[in-house]
Amino acid sequence: MNPAAKSGLLAACVGTAATMILVTASAPVLAQAKEQFFPELVYRTGPYAPNGVPFANGYSDYLKLLDARDGGINGVKIAFEECETGYATDRGVECYERLKGKGTTGATVFQPLSTGITFALTPKAPRDKIPLITAGYGRADSVDGSVFTWNFPLGGTYWDAADILVQHVGKKEGGQAKLKGKKIALVYHDSPYGKEPIPLLQKRAAMLGFDLLLLPVTHPGVEQSATWLQIRQQRPDYVFLWGWGVMNSTAIKQAVATGYPLEQMYGVWWSGAEPDVLPAGQDAKNYNALVFLAPAGKGKVHEDIIKYVYDKGQGSGKKEDVGEVLYNRGMVSAMLATEGVRRAQQKYGKKPLTGEQVRWGLEHLSINEAAIKKLGFEGFMEPIHTSCADHEGAHSARIETWDGTKWNVTSGVYESDLSVIRPIIAESAAKYAAENKITARDCSEEK
Amino acid sequence: MFYRENGQFKSSYRQDEALLPILQDRIFMLALLAFAVVGVPFLASDYLFLSIINPFLIMALAALGLNLLVGYCGQISIGHAAFMSVGAYAAYNLMLRVPNLNFLVALVLAGLIAAAVGILFGMPSLRIKGLYLAVATLAAQFFIDWLFARVKWFTGYESSGSVSTPVLSLFGWPLDSPARKYLFLLAVVAVFTLLAKNLVRGHIGRAWMAIRDMDVAAEVIGIRPVYAKLTAFAVSSFYVGVAGALWGFVYLGSWEPLAFNITVSLNLLFMIIIGGMGSILGSFFGALFIVALPIVLDRVPAWLGAPLSTATASHLASMIFGALIVFFLIVEPHGLARLWAIGKEKLRLWPFPH
Repeated sequence: MNPAAKSGLLAACVGTAATMILVTASAPVLAQAKEQFFPELVYRTGPYAPNGVPFANGYSDYLKLLDARDGGINGVKIAFEECETGYATDRGVECYERLKGKGTTGATVFQPLSTGITFALTPKAPRDKIPLITAGYGRADSVDGSVFTWNFPLGGTYWDAADILVQHVGKKEGGQAKLKGKKIALVYHDSPYGKEPIPLLQKRAAMLGFDLLLLPVTHPGVEQSATWLQIRQQRPDYVFLWGWGVMNSTAIKQAVATGYPLEQMYGVWWSGAEPDVLPAGQDAKNYNALVFLAPAGKGKVHEDIIKYVYDKGQGSGKKEDVGEVLYNRGMVSAMLATEGVRRAQQKYGKKPLTGEQVRWGLEHLSINEAAIKKLGFEGFMEPIHTSCADHEGAHSARIETWDGTKWNVTSGVYESDLSVIRPIIAESAAKYAAENKITARDCSEEK
Repeated sequence: MFYRENGQFKSSYRQDEALLPILQDRIFMLALLAFAVVGVPFLASDYLFLSIINPFLIMALAALGLNLLVGYCGQISIGHAAFMSVGAYAAYNLMLRVPNLNFLVALVLAGLIAAAVGILFGMPSLRIKGLYLAVATLAAQFFIDWLFARVKWFTGYESSGSVSTPVLSLFGWPLDSPARKYLFLLAVVAVFTLLAKNLVRGHIGRAWMAIRDMDVAAEVIGIRPVYAKLTAFAVSSFYVGVAGALWGFVYLGSWEPLAFNITVSLNLLFMIIIGGMGSILGSFFGALFIVALPIVLDRVPAWLGAPLSTATASHLASMIFGALIVFFLIVEPHGLARLWAIGKEKLRLWPFPH
């Protein structure tokens, strides 16, 4: 390269760098006035994209539906913006900082769809006064709203999930006492997400006398031959799968290749969607997983989404994918956020609300059977009632089984055993409060 | 014309040994520092601090540390994120287990612990070189990743393996706002940069460079390779360890072992290769390139008003980022620091080039 060209390049570099920094500093606020802004942390690329995409589509479609059908939430229009995290914690934090101040009143609520990002945002949320909804993931101890004022693990935590799985296999054996001497393997994603159920399972193992085998799988989870070799050697009676993204489909394919009977394999609710079993196809038959709030299928709300969103060419994904497990979960998650806003509007008025006001709404959620029917979610939602002491609101789940072509719900509703979970929540929350110098709120004084 | 050193005579050894011998450089550096201390806190938004400037400063410190080892002493390491995590977990444990410890003390102690671990994993460099050494340092990466993921003591018996830190305060001055964090980081980075600059000009730095250029010749002129290589590993790991502690405490606030995985090690290497090996300034350029560019690229479609889907925009950003790395390495293999030097030379001759 000749010197003239080099100096040109130099000038170009300096110029671009300066412009970019200026532009970054003065990024325009695109949102219009009088809107409720919903930030969306999504992952549509990377090894977790197969699961991230349907969830993000369901989330966006429900917000679009509210705008198209009802003109927003009680007349307050909805704005939303996606930010790609790639399931990486540092990028998630960047997205959070990028989106938290947008919209008329700032971000309404964050739903990071990643336990790692949830851990990183948990100390930031109280400072920025923005609630976090972690429906079915995140910190299990954040059920305790007196310490975790801004976290809402609505609908269930990993400790509920692990407890329900133990109850289910206990029932299958003919009583929890029969689990004594059995061996249960936990194949988990080696991250805060996968490690979260371990304390509960260890406690259950000590109570019921079964052996717990912990088998971590490193990110992103495509290399599992060593794990399944151990399973072949140890022959556990049950395998619990705590995976996400490509790790799920790899685990199921490996189980098939190892010859492990899939009817003894149970996934958490993040390991039980179509992208997880489809790569193994017919071979994945009889694999089981938990259902979180909404199973696969279509109801009244889906008809509306097709009618108001897809038929107008506004759909986020493909029409055929509406009603998949993760699509429905994204939709339910969006609904929990918008219902939180609706509840807060009863107290603060029908206008764009701040994160702090929405937090009150989320803490006083009361979605009963009648409300679920009214929302069009009949069959796709469990009743949720939150309070200061209970930021979770529901503790139940069902089991679904893959029949080779679709997921079928195959069990009744299980309730997690709060007498087992509550003490560990209290202990863990107290430890967090002490380490981070948080004074717990007195829940009896909250209205 | 803008950058002539005519008429600036050095009349004493002191002047000859000055850090910035040319008046313009001194003025520029002072102006830059003054702007960084006084101007930036008023101009930058919280987003800019938290997402670009603060991580840039910390990564620049880490890249500087790696540059001391790779660029000045010629010992390749692809395990430096592991030393970052040693620093981060050391600071976490010190703060957790020692009551009323000042963060600055914890920071230095964390750096020293990282230096000790760095010396340990630097031992193989006495026997092996080049790619073989790179593989040996890779072992450090995997071993330390494993250690912090498996040995619960290091993570305070946290069930999830993720640790979180309370808000720091220094002498009763809480580091709670983005601008305060920035000023603190700026002070730390400025002090460490000054130290590094002096270190590489002194006898230690000269010994490192001699080893880098030809170890046999260096040994012949009386430089002990054991001493030179291990000090390089120690100082480099110290810097990186401090950067790791800052990354955990000041930037992330809550982290898991995955925050310091092999990708971070590779990113650090990219920073010094793109910025310029064996150049203090290059570490800063490289860190800015790697930290800020992906974020800026990711946001370009939104500013242009282009209706791209999130996935397309993200793929596009990765592609352009990769292409830019290749482009810069082809036009200037010596890094952005070399481009900067060429620019200064141009300004010196302009407008009458010979």
